[in-house]
Amino acid sequence: MKREADFDELARYTGEWMRGEGPESDIVISTRIRLARNLADFPFIRRCSDEDRLSIERTVRARMESLTDQHWEAAQYVDLEPLSEIDRQLLVERQLISREIAESNGSRAVAFDAAEGYSVMVNEEDHLRIQVMKSGLDVKNTWEQVNRIDNMLEEVILYAFHPRYGYLTACPTNVGTGLRVSVMLHLPALVITEQMDRVFRSMQRINVTVRGLYGEGSQYTGDFYQVSNQVTLGHTEADLLALVGDEVAPKIIEYERKAREALLKNNRDDLHDEVSRAMGILSTARKISSEETMHHLSKIRLGISMGLIDQLDVKVINQLFLQSQSAHLQKLQGRILGTAERHARRASFLQHHLTGKEGLWN
Amino acid sequence: MKCQFCEKPATFHITELTEPAGPQVMHLCEEHAKGFLHKEASPPMTAIASALAKQLSQGSDDLEELDQKECPVCGISFFEFRNSGRLGCPYDYTHFEADLRPLLINVHDKTEHIGKKPTRSAGTADSLARMIGMRREMEEAIEREDYERASEIRDELKAMEDPIAPPANDSDETS
Repeated sequence: MKREADFDELARYTGEWMRGEGPESDIVISTRIRLARNLADFPFIRRCSDEDRLSIERTVRARMESLTDQHWEAAQYVDLEPLSEIDRQLLVERQLISREIAESNGSRAVAFDAAEGYSVMVNEEDHLRIQVMKSGLDVKNTWEQVNRIDNMLEEVILYAFHPRYGYLTACPTNVGTGLRVSVMLHLPALVITEQMDRVFRSMQRINVTVRGLYGEGSQYTGDFYQVSNQVTLGHTEADLLALVGDEVAPKIIEYERKAREALLKNNRDDLHDEVSRAMGILSTARKISSEETMHHLSKIRLGISMGLIDQLDVKVINQLFLQSQSAHLQKLQGRILGTAERHARRASFLQHHLTGKEGLWN
Repeated sequence: MKCQFCEKPATFHITELTEPAGPQVMHLCEEHAKGFLHKEASPPMTAIASALAKQLSQGSDDLEELDQKECPVCGISFFEFRNSGRLGCPYDYTHFEADLRPLLINVHDKTEHIGKKPTRSAGTADSLARMIGMRREMEEAIEREDYERASEIRDELKAMEDPIAPPANDSDETS
């Protein structure tokens, strides 16, 4: 396990999970599974003293460093406390850490691998949050990897476990398996055809939650929705994985496909117009916010998936989604930018990548 | 009527229609109602709040009495848990067991873990509590520079962490 990370280098590449491949990748962006775990001999974060937090961070780091697993060797361990705000934001944009841990105080850290298949947050809401992300709908492989990391950590860390309640977590909504499987879906056709409300309602009946791209409490932007299991106790991991991966996600994918087909059949010209306009705005705008960028990139992604745009790869769009966000943009520029300047640089960055023109970028 | 989150009077009575268990009535003060309506309350908090509301409307424990109950290990009160939605230590699941059970049923519809089990475990809830207590004692020993006592406790803790016979394990492998 390495002790440093090159954030400038990190900003230049997208993670493995954003490569736009894998099963159902025209609709499914990624599959993510996280496990919540706590150390047996410490209070939960809320009742931890500063010394406790420091002691947890040091203990976990030392135990992780003692691991000789070959898959673990590429991992980088980053102490989040001394990190600059922009570097923390960069990790949030890449979904390697949560907004909560980025904005909290005290000793906290993250271990992640270079290809970003996984990350382990230390001192988030729980002492450990182990997560693995993969491109497309790939619940089985994602689970196998997260389970392997959990087994590996369990050999060196004694978890808080209760024979009746399972893995004990700070919030009772995570207790039991501590497992949350989330599938990130791109559902523009359901949004255009105003069917999302129906999807929400049908999901709530079967213990599944639907949220916007950046997790809890966020606004829905860019037609991206995250579907995850609501319950964690009283079911096996296999049941929860099957609920989201075999039952719910395929059903929503089917709805979205039908909505796309209907759009092509009944509103092809309108849709083509909308996609082309989105392309036009991002190729020519001189200043643009990240929300507006998300909105138009979403339309372009839909256009590519439906064969209305053929000169662009979805991989490029995924890259633009990531790199047009504030921290990435600033890292790529190598300096801190004010809001107005960010909007201008974002516009020229998008123009450069969508039209191949040098524009104002670099 | 008091707000479900604090001691202020509840002036907002919100019926949440989107809860899986059916409509839930929330009784909130102005401040908490604002937070709730602006979706500042994260989904777990909403789930906990509505579960507690249901529990209270069903006339379970007297809330004031319950709020003052404290965990002997971490010192968190039920009031603090109710406000933050976060527990203070693993032992809370034992100390507040009866109080948390209706909430677990509301949130998960189940009260027993049937999934993966670790290959080694600290044993009972009491030994988890003891380990937290010992760690605290060790820190105090270090503070008063009683390094001999601190290292004794460290050794004891280490012995407790060493592999113990795994609990009955029949559903470890899931894929």
